[in-house]
Amino acid sequence: MIDVINLTKKFGDIDVLNGIDVKINKGDIICVIGPSGSGKSTFLRCLNCMEDPTGGQIIFNGVDIADTKVDINIHRRKMGMVFQHFNLFNNKTVIENIMLAPVHVQVKDMKKAKRKKLKDDPAYNTTKAEIIKNARENAIKLLERIGLADKADVYPSTLSGGQKQRVAIVRALAMNPDVILFDEPTSALDPEMVGEVLDLMKSLAEEGMTMIIVTHEMGFAREVANKILFIDEGKILESGTPEEFFSNPKHPRLKEFLSKVL
Amino acid sequence: MGNFEQKLNRFLEIFIEQNGYVKVLEGLKNTIIIAVLGLVIGIIIGTIIATIRVIPKYKVLPRILNGICSFYVGLFRGTPIVVQLLVFYYVALPLMGLHMTGVQVAIWVFGLNSGAYISEIMRSGILSVDSGQMEAGRAVGLSFGTTMMKIVIPQAVKNILPTLGNEFIALIKETSVVSFVGAADLYVAFNYIGSNSYEFMVPYLVMAIIYIVLVLLISLGIKLMERSLRKSDRRN
Ligand SMILES: Nc1ncnc2c1ncn2[C@@H]1O[C@H](COP(=O)(O)OP(=O)(O)OP(=O)(O)O)[C@@H](O)[C@H]1O
Ligand SMILES: [Mg+2]
Repeated sequence: MIDVINLTKKFGDIDVLNGIDVKINKGDIICVIGPSGSGKSTFLRCLNCMEDPTGGQIIFNGVDIADTKVDINIHRRKMGMVFQHFNLFNNKTVIENIMLAPVHVQVKDMKKAKRKKLKDDPAYNTTKAEIIKNARENAIKLLERIGLADKADVYPSTLSGGQKQRVAIVRALAMNPDVILFDEPTSALDPEMVGEVLDLMKSLAEEGMTMIIVTHEMGFAREVANKILFIDEGKILESGTPEEFFSNPKHPRLKEFLSKVL
Repeated sequence: MGNFEQKLNRFLEIFIEQNGYVKVLEGLKNTIIIAVLGLVIGIIIGTIIATIRVIPKYKVLPRILNGICSFYVGLFRGTPIVVQLLVFYYVALPLMGLHMTGVQVAIWVFGLNSGAYISEIMRSGILSVDSGQMEAGRAVGLSFGTTMMKIVIPQAVKNILPTLGNEFIALIKETSVVSFVGAADLYVAFNYIGSNSYEFMVPYLVMAIIYIVLVLLISLGIKLMERSLRKSDRRN
């Protein structure tokens, strides 16, 4: 689904990513681990071009989105992203956070279809009211799933960290993405809230969602991932299944890293 | 003190019997119209400029637009408002072949002028919003402009509301020079009363009091607004 070919990224003169190659298939749960400053976040942020790659290709559903000529906004709709610090929209209620992008995007598509008189396009026959109604129903379903339906109309600042992150995850889900990128989703949480977020991620994994997760939660990686990547100094030094990875690490840097974190 | 009483009577005579109050009300109306519409235009222009100035500048077009905005801001902050009024009225309008009333000229010049100041206020407001808000908007596929309009600017405006209130007070005070282009504001009204009574002490004193009351009322409005915003913060 995503084919990363020789991805490089420089910040000014500093090489942060030095040629990353990886293939991500539908349903993959990939955990990315590595020391601080090794380029994990940068790698993840290059995947949806939050950082423009300096070189290489990112083939997503057959299109090289690293090419600055493609309309990245269209491809980002199909790539959810979950941040360490949640980044819920502070000026929107919980349900508005979830509905905002789906409504905006569908209304835009509808207007375009009407302008171009694309009568066969399903977007042509819908109305704004209908789009909002569907988005709301879907948002409520998602909130029920995470047990926060009663929080639909409050602002994010009243939620706990764990609640915020779960809302952020269903906000990403609301766009029906093909893949969700997670950058240390539990690192900013109090320890007692880590579990609820990891449980939600596990349930997504069981449903077959494709996920790429930068994490320091080795137990979670071991249990849920089908592939782990070890990044250091902007390179993938080792990749493999959790069993290979933890019981038989080969690269000396990985051995050293694991001896520190386990 | 007898002298002052005489002056007061003279003022009241013109104010009430010779329709001086009509002029004053007209002047008050114009002062407020110029300040309010100037503020509205200023906010629109200021928001556009501030947005342009925070666009990442890797590409050529944002750089050019940014240059134009810097020039605009420098121009309006670097020249006296009276000069701007005169140039707009006696140079720009004739060159464009347009005609406007004094009040219209004042509205536009104060709007353009406060746009330059508000752009700086708005920019600091935008920069005070956590960059994660923009990232989250972009990550769900919204464009820079949409994220700016729906997420970042509403939060920025909330942060700078008190400062915008101060800008409004500054506008109210600065409009007292619009008679340079023939707009009949409070100054013109009281000057009229003074000229007709050959007595300026009381008219200008009353004028000063009206300005002070206006400013106090606006300050009170800002305080109430801030308080209700703080309350909504707590509730949120
Ligand atoms: N916007 C930026 N400008 C300049 N340098 C940057 C920028 N973002 C990251 N870097 C640098 O790139 C390197 C890799 O950063 P990155 O955030 O990808 O590391 P990381 O593996 O995610 O680390 P951590 O585990 O601490 O989150 C670091 O040296 C960092 O200082
Ligand atoms: Mg990181």
